[in-house]
Amino acid sequence: MIGLGTIGANLGSLPLALLDTDTTGMMPTQASSFAHNIDSVFGFIWWLCWFFFVLIIGGMVYLGVRFKGKPGDPVEHSPHHNMMLELTWSGIPLLLVVMIFWFTYQDYIKLRNEPLNSYEIGVTAQKWSWSFQYPNGWISDQLHVPAGQPIRLVMTSTDVIHSLFVPNFRIKQDVIPGRYTKLWFEARWVEDYEEAKEFPSTQRHTLFCTEYCGTKHSDMLAGVFVHKDRAGFDSWLADVSDLGKLPPEKAGEILYNNRGCVQCHSIDGKAGTGPTFKGLWGHEAKLKDGGTVLVDENYVRESVLDPQAKIVEGFQPVMPTYQGRLKDAEIGYLIAYLKTLK
Amino acid sequence: MASTGMRVGSGATDAPVGYAENNFLNHTKGFASWIWTLDHKRIGVMYMWSIILFFFAGGLFATMLRTELWTPKDDIVGPDLYNQLFTYHGAVMVFLVILPGIPAALANFVLPIMLGAKDVAFPKLNLASYWLFVVGALLALSSLVQGGLDTGWTFYTPYSTSTNTAVVPVVTAAFILGFANIFTGLNFIVTIHKLRPPGMGWFNMPLFLWGIYATGIIQVLATPVLGITLLLLIIERVFHVGIFDPALGGDPVLFQHFFWFYSHPAVYIMILPAMAVISEMVPTFSRKPIFGYRFIAYSSIAIALFGFLVWGHHMFVAGQSALMNMIMSALTYSVSIPSAVKVFNWLATMWKGSIQYRTPMIWVLGFIWIFAIGGLTGLFLGSLGTDVHLHETYFVVAHFHYTMMGSTFLAFFGGVFYWWPKMFGRMYDEKWGTIGALIVNIGFNATFIPQFIMGSHGSPRRYAHYLPEYQPFHQASTVGTYIMLVGFIICGWVLISSLYRGRKAPANPWGASTLEWQCTSPPPYNNFDEPPIVPEDEPYHYDHLEWDPELGGYIDKRREGSPAPGAAVEAAH
Repeated sequence: MIGLGTIGANLGSLPLALLDTDTTGMMPTQASSFAHNIDSVFGFIWWLCWFFFVLIIGGMVYLGVRFKGKPGDPVEHSPHHNMMLELTWSGIPLLLVVMIFWFTYQDYIKLRNEPLNSYEIGVTAQKWSWSFQYPNGWISDQLHVPAGQPIRLVMTSTDVIHSLFVPNFRIKQDVIPGRYTKLWFEARWVEDYEEAKEFPSTQRHTLFCTEYCGTKHSDMLAGVFVHKDRAGFDSWLADVSDLGKLPPEKAGEILYNNRGCVQCHSIDGKAGTGPTFKGLWGHEAKLKDGGTVLVDENYVRESVLDPQAKIVEGFQPVMPTYQGRLKDAEIGYLIAYLKTLK
Repeated sequence: MASTGMRVGSGATDAPVGYAENNFLNHTKGFASWIWTLDHKRIGVMYMWSIILFFFAGGLFATMLRTELWTPKDDIVGPDLYNQLFTYHGAVMVFLVILPGIPAALANFVLPIMLGAKDVAFPKLNLASYWLFVVGALLALSSLVQGGLDTGWTFYTPYSTSTNTAVVPVVTAAFILGFANIFTGLNFIVTIHKLRPPGMGWFNMPLFLWGIYATGIIQVLATPVLGITLLLLIIERVFHVGIFDPALGGDPVLFQHFFWFYSHPAVYIMILPAMAVISEMVPTFSRKPIFGYRFIAYSSIAIALFGFLVWGHHMFVAGQSALMNMIMSALTYSVSIPSAVKVFNWLATMWKGSIQYRTPMIWVLGFIWIFAIGGLTGLFLGSLGTDVHLHETYFVVAHFHYTMMGSTFLAFFGGVFYWWPKMFGRMYDEKWGTIGALIVNIGFNATFIPQFIMGSHGSPRRYAHYLPEYQPFHQASTVGTYIMLVGFIICGWVLISSLYRGRKAPANPWGASTLEWQCTSPPPYNNFDEPPIVPEDEPYHYDHLEWDPELGGYIDKRREGSPAPGAAVEAAH
């Protein structure tokens, strides 16, 4: 099996080198620099498991057929203890798990030690959306990264624990309120992988939330768009982040889609987790405590910065605050956008 | 034994020798005689029926959520109700079925009899344990009408401190259920220490007792940690004292450390008794002594102790330091060795045996298949690099169902089939029992093998909606659930119908050599009408047991000339 004999001489990479791709058919596309490392460990354990599974089940079936008895058969006095045999079948598995530990340890160290020249992106998770902040201050709800560039994600949550998972990158890290967790990866441009329709010269991978976080946990997905090269990424970022060149309601629409509003507030009149934005502006909203309030600039501003202050009848007080996360100008853009939703 | 006449009980013409018309079931009558009983056998039986009832409730939740997952969108319920379904499924199955399962139901019934004792060391504590279990269960289920629960069975903070569902009743219930567990574990530890009969040293005990003893250690040492953690959670929720919620200055990951410091050992509360049941059945149905008795006995203790040192492997991606992760990963592997040793020993026991394919043995073979997969897939999750990818995906769901549900619960069911004739004095239909066991096993594998595949493809767990590419796996899994449901219904029907139509059971239908098979079926109120013969060696020797086809069971040649068990009682009436 996989050159087990050579382990003594070359404790390290040889058995894994033979498995340097996904030999199991169980793993998704390899789209990061260390995906193949993870897959080779996975493959090693996989084939080891098959070996032992066949040994155990084959043994069970063989013994079960060979020694099938019937009631009344005389009792056999075969040995029921053998120290050497028992030490052997304790020792060999022990040796094998030490090997697994050693291989995975090496890869794990690679996974945890990030290069010095990383490009840093801030990640904020909230129920039930992601926001990604680039060094120039631009925030989007989808993650864009250039291929071939180490990326560092510095992540925090505004409410409960979330977890960022990109299967094609083999990365996962919990995102915890009140502290920062970090993660790094280097995306790869994958040959024979479909290009994303949304953006030219990008490939889309799915990003999941994998720590249960409530109602829309299973909708807390985002796209990771890998740009073919750094230049393409830079020009994309420069282009999207210049909101000032747009009319305010257009800028508001982008913010609505990018900053998490869209997860709970529809624009088609259907109530979601929060009230719909359609026809919201200027109408008299009924509140949970029995009062009413006119939806105007002040009410919208208050609802964004202090969402629990006034709860509309029929809805739960679940919206996170945007205090410190939306600038005054941006709230202005959103108000301009709301006015257009008749 | 010479004549047929001696083998037929004198009291009732159709009853075989060893069947007792007067037994613990009808010793006293009436509802009150059951609910206030101090008889460990009746408490065990009440526990067993309660657990089977809760199993069907938990199974109903599972069937509903699997049905919901037939398509990627909402089918029968929306995401909020789906979240409650998986929460209740998990909480009911863990706290009301698997954790009490084998110790409280089966061990309660057989443990004192295996020791030749009249009862457990503290019969009143035993009854208190059952009623705490009932109170806890009712309190937990009362949350269904108090707004439900949607935290998942793990109660992770700060979700559990901020959701507006009924967290406090369920957490209080889990706290109470913890005491039921502690009482049971404590009782068994003391019983094994103090009530062994003269001549039965530690290494003459049935391996079942070793397993239950090791389980007792964990129950007594680990459960208080859960109790305190849940109490802290209640204090935080009710009085807003900042412990786990960062908004109040607490640390949410601290909860995970506390929780898994209990809950990882708790998975050994689940699996050790299962291994203990299998260790009884393998030698019985192989008709030869178990291979490597001492290795199996020590491995139970080793698992119990190592089990305390691995909790951090649930938190490889929770922000633990790399060093902590590495230590936890290495320690995790240490637990795999004693588990592997047990499997090899069971197989070696079959070697040169005379394997009897009675219904309980079918459960044993299913167990070895399922436990092999459950154990081996744990290697992927103990390994740091692969766990980062697989954590919180369906791969984990499949893995822990193979170990917790497949291994533990199927061993529980196998144990029920094994001890059923002893408990109720009736033989069930073995053909349909075997068919039921096979269908459950097929359904189980059909349910969870697809989950391994979609998990490694990256499908996260606890998702009400999923990407369309995972749909074939979900549908295969749902079909498997329905197959399993059919299998369990057949098994339940086989058992229930045996109570009405089953042949009366002899004292020892399987030819087992542990002491509980020396008393009548069902046992008399006092367990033994005459003192059992305690083996001077390991208990798994079968030379003195002879198959009697007419009796449909085994007779004890050491009692040649003296009346068979039960005969004396029959004669007296």
